[in-house]
Amino acid sequence: MDETGINGTEARRGWMSLLARAPERRLMALWDAFSPRPEFNWLRRPETGAVMVRGRMGGTGAPFNLGEMTVTRCSLALAEGAVGHGYVQGRGAARAEAAALIDALMQTEAGGAVRAAILDPLEEAMQTARTARAAKAAATKVDFFTLVRGED
Amino acid sequence: MYVAVKGGERAIENAHAWLAEERRGNGDVAELSLAQIREQLSLAVNRVMAEGSLYDPDLAALAIKQARGDLIEAIFLIRAYRTTLPRFGATKPVDTGAMDCDRRISATFKDAPGGQVLGPTFDYTHRLLDFKLAAEGGESLEAPKAAPRHQPTPHITEFLAGEDIIQREPESEAAPGDLTRQPMSFPAGRDIRLQSLTRGDEGFLLGLAYSTQRGYARNHAFVGELRIGTVAVEMEIPELGFAIEIGEVELTECETVNQFKGSKTEPPQFTRGYGLVFGQTERKAISMALVDRALRWRELGEDDLGAAAQDEEFVLSHSDNIQATGFLEHIKLPHYVDFQSELELVRKLRREAGADATREAAE
Repeated sequence: MDETGINGTEARRGWMSLLARAPERRLMALWDAFSPRPEFNWLRRPETGAVMVRGRMGGTGAPFNLGEMTVTRCSLALAEGAVGHGYVQGRGAARAEAAALIDALMQTEAGGAVRAAILDPLEEAMQTARTARAAKAAATKVDFFTLVRGED
Repeated sequence: MYVAVKGGERAIENAHAWLAEERRGNGDVAELSLAQIREQLSLAVNRVMAEGSLYDPDLAALAIKQARGDLIEAIFLIRAYRTTLPRFGATKPVDTGAMDCDRRISATFKDAPGGQVLGPTFDYTHRLLDFKLAAEGGESLEAPKAAPRHQPTPHITEFLAGEDIIQREPESEAAPGDLTRQPMSFPAGRDIRLQSLTRGDEGFLLGLAYSTQRGYARNHAFVGELRIGTVAVEMEIPELGFAIEIGEVELTECETVNQFKGSKTEPPQFTRGYGLVFGQTERKAISMALVDRALRWRELGEDDLGAAAQDEEFVLSHSDNIQATGFLEHIKLPHYVDFQSELELVRKLRREAGADATREAAE
């Protein structure tokens, strides 16, 4: 794929974002079922750290520091050369490794198979969960009405 | 002054062993799993994440288990753990206007676009103990559903901004101060104040916020908007050269709308207080917004009424429950050397007073 193009960057941004937020059990189940597993070398072994999450004053104003969140990251190179980076929320070395391998594979000819076997089902499951929550929220929508006073 | 003491190793070891036994409680009762704490005591988990200032539900659940449910002790454990983590960087400011809202209400605008969505709230419950919960093995519950809304839910203040009837937030991309990296100094900017408040003790901020409602620095707040939901967290990744979402966090955001008579430079308009806190932490977010608004008296040209909630140094220096508990609880540790000298002093004063009394009696 064209990794340098806008579309390539946008696509990669999309799958890396998906992998970062993916629920552990789901991601690992899909990854464990995937084959063939590629050979790779570590460029940076998984490490857990913190990132400072920022908010904005009044929701739209100047930034301020809200607090940190845990993130695990790693980088690796496939034997054939593609470099994959894994960034996942929380502490999960195995999850970061899977994310980096999937990121690397997505840049190879195996990309289509990885998308079909892992990314699409993952995206669908996350979208279903999101829609279910939105549906429960929608069921709690109320219409308050103020009562008209008698003397009017 | 605290002077180190030696000895007591065996007693300390045995005390900690007993602590572990007591933590486990009666062995006939099933042990709590972290997943149970995370899923079923989620508001305790949220509080530990907010005041521990580290978003990680699994770690917060572990801290609660280890601390036997003492949330300040759990927050202490999280604060200690976070100091061991390397800092990978800072995220882009989260866009709360794009939040997937579980809850979104306004006490001021009944016809808010996007609607009033109650979400999973304690509001309107009768606060009667539900003895059905005492019976274990209840069936799994499924909440009713309705047609989901897919559009973003814009902030209510955005709809009023056109009229200029509500104060606008000045736009800025200035890098904010970080009180975990630089010691606090006063006067602190609003960036430091908000960081301090969002990790501050819920009880302390609740008390201060309540004091403003009761008339100490009265600023008559309404909840313009309260929303709870998840937002994506984006960060620039240097090795990639572009930003990706590195996760999502649940947040509670509260914007208050406050009366303002206007000043020499500003026409009468509504002003705002702001609260933004990790997790579903609504009481804390509302408290934060009220205290934020009270602390803004100087920039809004209001009078210093001498109220505690207006005193930035007082508020920020005492809102951190780990600093507070550390200093408070250290007085129970051995102070024998100090106390020995105090004892000597008091005995000496008493001897002198006694000698004086004897002399007076003799005269």
